[in-house]
Amino acid sequence: MMKTMAVEELQVLKEKNPLLAIDAIVQRHNADPGSAIPILQDIQNTFGYVAPEVLQRVSELSGILESELYSIVTFYSQFRMEPIGENLIQVCHGTACHLAGAERVSEAIMHETGAKDGGTSPDGKFTLEKVACLGCCSLAPVITVNEETYGRVAPNEVGKVLKEINGQTEDKKAGCKGGCHHE
Amino acid sequence: MSNNGFKVKIGLASCSIAAGAAKVHDLLKDLLADDGIHLQRTGCMGLCYCEPQVEVVAPDGRSYLYGNVSTDNVGQIVEEHIKKGEPVEELLVVPPDGASEAGEYIGRQERFLLHNCGNIDPENIESYLDAGGYKGLAKAVAMKPEEVIAEVKSSGLRGRGGAGFPTHQKWTFARDAKGEQKYIICNADEGDPGAFMDRSILESDPHSVLEGMMIAGYAIGASVGYIYIRAEYPLAIRRLKIAIAQAKEHYYLGTNILNSGFDFDIKIREGAGAFVCGEETALIASIEGKRGMPRFRPPFPAVSGLFASPTSINNVETFANVPQILAQGAAAYNVHGTEFSKGTKVFALAGKVNRGGLIEVPMGMSINDIVFAVGGGISTGKAFKAVQTGGPSGGCIPAELADTAVDYESLKEIGAIMGSGGLLIMDEETCMVDVAKFFLTFTREESCGKCTFCRVGTEQMLRILERITEGEGTEEDIDTLEDLGSKIKAGSLCGLGQTVPNPVLTTIKYFRDEYEAHVRDKVCPAKNCKALIEYEIVAEDCKGCGLCRKQCPVDAISGGKKEPHVIDQATCLRCGLCVNSCKFDCITVSSKPGKTAPVDGQGMGAVS
Ligand SMILES: Cc1cc2nc3c(=O)[nH]c(=O)nc-3n(C[C@H](O)[C@H](O)[C@H](O)COP(=O)(O)O)c2cc1C
Ligand code: SF4
Ligand code: SF4
Ligand code: SF4
Ligand code: FES
Ligand code: FES
Repeated sequence: MMKTMAVEELQVLKEKNPLLAIDAIVQRHNADPGSAIPILQDIQNTFGYVAPEVLQRVSELSGILESELYSIVTFYSQFRMEPIGENLIQVCHGTACHLAGAERVSEAIMHETGAKDGGTSPDGKFTLEKVACLGCCSLAPVITVNEETYGRVAPNEVGKVLKEINGQTEDKKAGCKGGCHHE
Repeated sequence: MSNNGFKVKIGLASCSIAAGAAKVHDLLKDLLADDGIHLQRTGCMGLCYCEPQVEVVAPDGRSYLYGNVSTDNVGQIVEEHIKKGEPVEELLVVPPDGASEAGEYIGRQERFLLHNCGNIDPENIESYLDAGGYKGLAKAVAMKPEEVIAEVKSSGLRGRGGAGFPTHQKWTFARDAKGEQKYIICNADEGDPGAFMDRSILESDPHSVLEGMMIAGYAIGASVGYIYIRAEYPLAIRRLKIAIAQAKEHYYLGTNILNSGFDFDIKIREGAGAFVCGEETALIASIEGKRGMPRFRPPFPAVSGLFASPTSINNVETFANVPQILAQGAAAYNVHGTEFSKGTKVFALAGKVNRGGLIEVPMGMSINDIVFAVGGGISTGKAFKAVQTGGPSGGCIPAELADTAVDYESLKEIGAIMGSGGLLIMDEETCMVDVAKFFLTFTREESCGKCTFCRVGTEQMLRILERITEGEGTEEDIDTLEDLGSKIKAGSLCGLGQTVPNPVLTTIKYFRDEYEAHVRDKVCPAKNCKALIEYEIVAEDCKGCGLCRKQCPVDAISGGKKEPHVIDQATCLRCGLCVNSCKFDCITVSSKPGKTAPVDGQGMGAVS
């Protein structure tokens, strides 16, 4: 049996040959019962989204019906079927954040980036997602940008934060020698 | 250079990290390295309201807790306290004698379950073992499984996932059920928005949950356990993985555990973002790799659960209680709490409260004591209006009933539920109709769609609530809500549908006048509902600085330099962004009778 791959190895493999990365992911879970969701989660982690085209391949390799895979991807809100922008912003709309003005934060971000809820900004830089409770309610309102959490977000300062972050990703890209896709 | 006898700890849970603790940790580590002092990482110290926190234990054993520590002031703590022995009074939140606000916050609690949180290093099993970890398991495997269950029975432990079902009963059913293979599942889905108890426990004391699962596995005769955890908790997942690996290295997980012949393995499954998967049959379907749809019970999971095998499914906090019940004995546990609700309960105290955080209080403490004695009262300086318990399935309890004891029976009596432990504190600026609408919006999206009443009824209730908050509601609407609510409760298959109407029904029950103000006078007393409010600039106070004008997304504000500005009501979206931007507090919000404003269909101010 093929050795199970670490997340970083999958990233490298994906750059070389996306199909092989999918094979490796399926291989990694195939022995487990009920592996459909972990397989799809790994695909999303590696590729950023689950492209409808990959479902057929996964189905061939795993023996899970394509329709079943499709029904999972559409049921669970975690799965995206389209690629995301350079930065993923998640705005918490849980109870504490709602009371603390999450709407305003979302509005400010939409205004600042041009991204609609669930969509990507026209320049491809920001994807905006509403999520329910990130578990840091005492710091409400809370957002995460590329998995980093920011608490007590003031709507009128969100723009500044986003510009900074965007500056950082530009820097990172400039310093990157290719190959790596993450930070 | 040598260690001068000081010990230093820093809380590093995701809440603390969001408040900047990781940067403080890195700097502090460097600063302490010169003196050969080891900086110990811990989980959540529980005082969310003054994160990040650093605890300094002096050579004489006295503990000093610093709060709101930042990279700007951490050097001062090292220089003055650790090098010169002079505590930095102004940064101290809990002095050694505990005489402070935060001292009171901690002092009023009974930290039975959270005793390791903020003390041990969650990424190091040795730290857990030093604190007495895995003694409960050792005791359990030396007993007969039936004796383990009997011990849990006499502790009085009830499930902390919401319903309060007696844990020993669940275990007995699963033990008695026929099946070669049995399973334990830990429900770490924590879907209630506004709840973070389980996350904190998992990030701060992961081994206690693993140990609880192992003891449960031994008790019912299971050899495999699954932890179903929401993907939004990456740090908790990482720490669980570390804990599982370390438990295997130390032979607490694996085969023939502690030479008892007991085998047990634990696997992690990440949720994929569906609230309904917190419901046990949906959760099981999800682990099996299917859509998370609840199914009819019976058969109960204890008889036919995961992969059609007997399965006991419990909540994170339930499991975390078990090792201590075994290690210290049931009697040490049931001294806490009331006659029918034994032990302590962990709550996530949040909302408009001064001292929000992760708290643990004995069952039976009154809401008032939690809000005022522990939480230090309302943060906005406004009046305390209500507390919401139990998340989307729970209810809103008005301030008048705040002397109610927090235990399963008393809460049920007033139409609320204990739930899993989210406590949202609301002040007079919270609109109760909006709160009801908020929860319905949430649950409508999460209904799996199987039952007509849950799917369609929820949608209809939401439409009515939207109408009311937009000033288009009628008196009959309130009655219709009540009627629909009771029908949805009766006609739904799973706990989601059965409890969906609770936030609406309790707010109508206790805040009917507020609903009536919306439908009769078209007024939102809390000045919250966009269609019923107006933002205005007080001309006398306005300095004409133009900050608000720059902030407004739709250019609704006009005015010359140094001249009073005005808001064009026809353009204004009522987003409130200008209020935040004015440094002179001259933008007011009001809700006057008969002034419903059409809200423009842009952004999230959209009227559907
Ligand atoms: C819609 C819905 C969501 C639920 N979400 C959770 C949850 O996030 N965590 C949890 O422990 N229990 C949740 N429950 C309750 C579980 O179904 C189950 O009763 C609980 O995990 C049992 O554990 P206990 O006996 O230890 O309380 C939920 C129930 C429903 C109906
Ligand atoms: S009550 Fe709602 S969530 Fe539960 S099974 Fe029915 S439709 Fe699905
Ligand atoms: S409430 Fe929003 S839209 Fe209205 S004036 Fe203020 S900033 Fe502009
Ligand atoms: S920010 Fe305040 S002071 Fe400045 S123009 Fe606006 S209302 Fe006037
Ligand atoms: S409600 Fe936003 S973090 Fe919990
Ligand atoms: S400090 Fe951890 S939950 Fe807040």
